[in-house]
Amino acid sequence: MERIPILRMGNFLLVTIQVDMHDKLALTLQDDLTNRIAEVGAKGVLIDISSLEIVDSFIGRTLANIASMARVLDAETVVVGMQPAVAITLVELGMSLPGIHTALNVESGMEFLRQIVPDYREKDDDGDYTED
Amino acid sequence: MGTIQKTETVPIKSGSDVVLVRQRVRAWTIDMKFSLVDQTKIVTAASELARNTLEHGGGGKVELALVNNGTRSGLQLAFSDTGPGIPDVKLALSDGYTSGNGMGLGLGGSKRLMNEFEIETEPGHGTKITCIRWK
Amino acid sequence: MSELFKAIQQNRDSILKEWLDSIRAASRRRDLIDDRELEVQTSEVVAAIVDAPAGTTLQDFGAPGWQPLKDLLSSLSASRAALGFTPSETALFVLSLKPALFTIVREQAGNHAEQLFLGVTTVNDFVDRLALHTTDSFISARNQVIARQQEEMLELSTPVVTLWDGIVALPLIGTLDSARTQVVMESLLQAIVQTNSRFAIIDITGVPTVDTLVAQHLLKTITAARLMGAECILSGIRPQIAQTIVHLGINLSDITTKARLADAFKVALERTGRSVTRTTKPAGSVATATREL
Repeated sequence: MERIPILRMGNFLLVTIQVDMHDKLALTLQDDLTNRIAEVGAKGVLIDISSLEIVDSFIGRTLANIASMARVLDAETVVVGMQPAVAITLVELGMSLPGIHTALNVESGMEFLRQIVPDYREKDDDGDYTED
Repeated sequence: MGTIQKTETVPIKSGSDVVLVRQRVRAWTIDMKFSLVDQTKIVTAASELARNTLEHGGGGKVELALVNNGTRSGLQLAFSDTGPGIPDVKLALSDGYTSGNGMGLGLGGSKRLMNEFEIETEPGHGTKITCIRWK
Repeated sequence: MSELFKAIQQNRDSILKEWLDSIRAASRRRDLIDDRELEVQTSEVVAAIVDAPAGTTLQDFGAPGWQPLKDLLSSLSASRAALGFTPSETALFVLSLKPALFTIVREQAGNHAEQLFLGVTTVNDFVDRLALHTTDSFISARNQVIARQQEEMLELSTPVVTLWDGIVALPLIGTLDSARTQVVMESLLQAIVQTNSRFAIIDITGVPTVDTLVAQHLLKTITAARLMGAECILSGIRPQIAQTIVHLGINLSDITTKARLADAFKVALERTGRSVTRTTKPAGSVATATREL
């Protein structure tokens, strides 16, 4: 089944949405992300929507849901790269996505996450702190 | 509303049809040389309305049409379904209203994104939503 | 009434002649259009009327068969607007078709009062509609020119200035209406992306009044920028505007506001981790000396 890949960078998860998502794909992403956050104990999620040309109310709600669920799991979410035309349309639609952090691009998004996430030592993939 | 020049019908029967509607509407808006912001508004409205047709109307179709009112041209989208209809249109158009899950901005929001917006509906007799964005 | 239409179709030439006579009798404007061009235009219009596809009636102005005629009138109207004709002159051009058509009606109806009345009202309505359509097209063409000029002016008058790395400013001057705000919004947001700016200062010193609509537009811009990851600071709020804002109950609590652009700049610098300090004595002398000339 079609899935949007989730990359791990230490304490953070990085998702790049490049396709025109149908609703099911968005819901799958929501599930996959929440599972992964819990699985690896991620503290931050960065969602790159710089390639998304359309964000309608469903996708907007999905992003808001992801942020809320992540927060419950003690992770902060930042959505980066919203295109101007998309921002203008979302505002006209009536969505302001309160409670979601936003940043101009991946770089600023990562900078933001590093600032707000406390300094945890990163566990590796085999679950401990030693490199072997 | 104006004279119709060319049309295309897209059936809306599944989630992937909603994506198809977005693509076809996008293609038409590019063809008609709408600005990027206008393109985004129109495609987003189409996405909202297509989803409504699928989820509240049980599926249906949309007819895209190039219209002309004598002085300017526009893109007309007519969504129709044979579903349960909308019992209280005023309520449905108000922001925050939802009969399903999540925030209901689809109908009121799409109205704000288009220039003209008409709803024909009757409980038990389906719904037809016709909207136009002028160039 | 189809008889009337048939009669019109059969008398194309005499209608054309009578129409040209009416136009020449009314106002000629020989300075704007020459005789030959006029003859071409009138014959094209008559042709469009007479050659309407079968089934098209004079009563049904919305019928698709009349579209070619409407399109023709629209383009005639646009070209006349460009030549310098006034809207009434252009409307008169169309209205002077009435006498020619009334002649046909009278010939056709003979002594039958009822038929005469019907024919006259049908022709009258039809030509009135044509004239109105022509006038609408005229106005629309004018509006398009104005809109294009406005757009050009707007683009010239809403420059977005880069104050420093990651900080842009938009000094707004003049009244903010719906159309203007769209353009302004778009150019600011575009600039934010292009310059990678986290802060945008919107300065409204040059905006004479702020009403609810203007405030809404500003708020929309600020919300959109926020969605993109940039923070807006509003500056140049004059005391009167501050009063208006409070009176209107507009909620700006979410937004940083400063009286002066300089203050807004300082805040933006601070928030991007910078400050301005003096390092050495200023170059040049502190006072100026006058010289004997």
